[in-house]
Amino acid sequence: MSMDKQTTQAMIDEVLEVYPEKAQKDRAKHLAVNETNGEGKCITSNRKSQPGVMTARGCAYAGSKGVVWGPIKDMIHISHGPVGCGQYSRAGRRNYYTGYTGVNAFGTMNFTSDFQERDIVFGGDKKLSTIIDELETLFPLAKGYSIQSECPVGLIGDDIEAVAKTKKAEIGKTLVPVRCEGFRGVSQSLGHHIANDTLRDYVLDGTDPEAAQAEAGEYDVAIIGDYNIGGDAWSSRILLEEIGLNVVAQWSGDGTLTELENTPKVKLNLVHCYRSMNYICRHMEEKFGIPWLEYNLFGPTKCEESLRAIAAKFDEKIQAKAEEVIARYRAEWQPIIDKYKPRLQGKKVMLYVGGLRPRHVIGAYEDLGMEIVGTGYEFAHNDDYAKTTPEVKDATLLFDDATGFELEFFAEKLKPDLIGAGVKEKYIFQKMGIPFRQMHSWDYSGPYHGYDGFAIFARDMDMTLNNPCWDKLTPPWKQEKDSEAAAA
Amino acid sequence: MPNLIISQTDDGLQAYIAKKDLELAVASLEFQQADRWGGNIILADGSEFYIEPLSEAPSLPKTLRARRAG
Repeated sequence: MSMDKQTTQAMIDEVLEVYPEKAQKDRAKHLAVNETNGEGKCITSNRKSQPGVMTARGCAYAGSKGVVWGPIKDMIHISHGPVGCGQYSRAGRRNYYTGYTGVNAFGTMNFTSDFQERDIVFGGDKKLSTIIDELETLFPLAKGYSIQSECPVGLIGDDIEAVAKTKKAEIGKTLVPVRCEGFRGVSQSLGHHIANDTLRDYVLDGTDPEAAQAEAGEYDVAIIGDYNIGGDAWSSRILLEEIGLNVVAQWSGDGTLTELENTPKVKLNLVHCYRSMNYICRHMEEKFGIPWLEYNLFGPTKCEESLRAIAAKFDEKIQAKAEEVIARYRAEWQPIIDKYKPRLQGKKVMLYVGGLRPRHVIGAYEDLGMEIVGTGYEFAHNDDYAKTTPEVKDATLLFDDATGFELEFFAEKLKPDLIGAGVKEKYIFQKMGIPFRQMHSWDYSGPYHGYDGFAIFARDMDMTLNNPCWDKLTPPWKQEKDSEAAAA
Repeated sequence: MPNLIISQTDDGLQAYIAKKDLELAVASLEFQQADRWGGNIILADGSEFYIEPLSEAPSLPKTLRARRAG
């Protein structure tokens, strides 16, 4: 289906009708029709959600503990505050890592100070310092601690920085107080920013790049903003290593504190998730003179583009190797496309994800002959939309911080064959009879990065879309038609 | 006094307003000589800032203190 701008605009106008005047005015700025020539109106983003609507956004704590700090495996991340924030987000993001959980790796464990009424009344600093002592006894191999504040810590005004400073002097390990109280900012995006700032202040600034343990090599690179969801960073890393680069650090999927400390010596920072880790790249660019490059390893077309772009930053030896790798993998992905493309050709996809996927996965879908009819971000900024516009076709629907109502409305109007969004949307759309993939943590599958990941991606999309179970469900709009027809 | 990080991109200068977490293209910069750099800076969204002119062009990216102007 090729859409035209009028139809898409009409759909936007229709969805806006339900809102009261003030909310309507605000929401109108967040919905747009794509114009690839860049002449379309600028979509408003990174604004407070309207009260009373169902938003899919997270909080600053989610951005810091869940996204940026959480995957660093050899540190203990203390969820400082009530027990729920840590417990309900525990291990949900599937940041894979190697190591012995509870011995030298702590990724899937939940550490919390479990605030009670007493701690709110008298402050939780004492408890925090007790916990750190206890953790030191129980987990002596932990390389450091991060204190991830939950809302009450900010509200009662605890001085976690002071505790961190005292304890750091006492135990001699990296201790990072992170002021990522959930109420800060409009979405998890500020949590990423705060986490990046603490990485800068407590990890990078605390280390002397000259004294870093690793010897600097000519082809050292760091993977930034890959959280190893379902093993994504591993399937990216092997490609980079095959073209001759030396991956020094993974920020932060399957990453360690030592890796982070060694990063200031790399030659190039490779940024996967720009939204959550651009801050630290900016800092390293200014302070250490490390250039950075955004890359995209979803689907063979983008893999080839990215590998060439990365190789172009290095010498001819790397460039020749990149071509070799690209040629070698062609024999691997061509059969995958031959197998799945006929089954998926022309299917329409609607996306609503987080920081980079609404634009990055488009290439992978297009490689399979699928079409993107609508895409949107939960917590993007203006630069994300500027990068999305050229990726999607003219007249494609764009939505920022879409509400539950809008998403359901768009699904009914656009009639996508597949929806890719988060777990909050998953069961609603499945009950509507629309094939759905949870695109935040790959629906318990993955990795999707690289050539190896593409094989899994293609299989998963086929498995979901062509699953016979969808015929057994009737979407609400079809039900209505049937009953109308019966009445007539 | 917001902090602006000015960097060089393929499409010219770019400013990042740390406080607003916002990236914008630089529409115009008053002084861009080797011995005088700064002054009035206008961003793509029309907002204006003033950077105390530097006596030499900085190596970009660079974090600069800016004053709201206009």
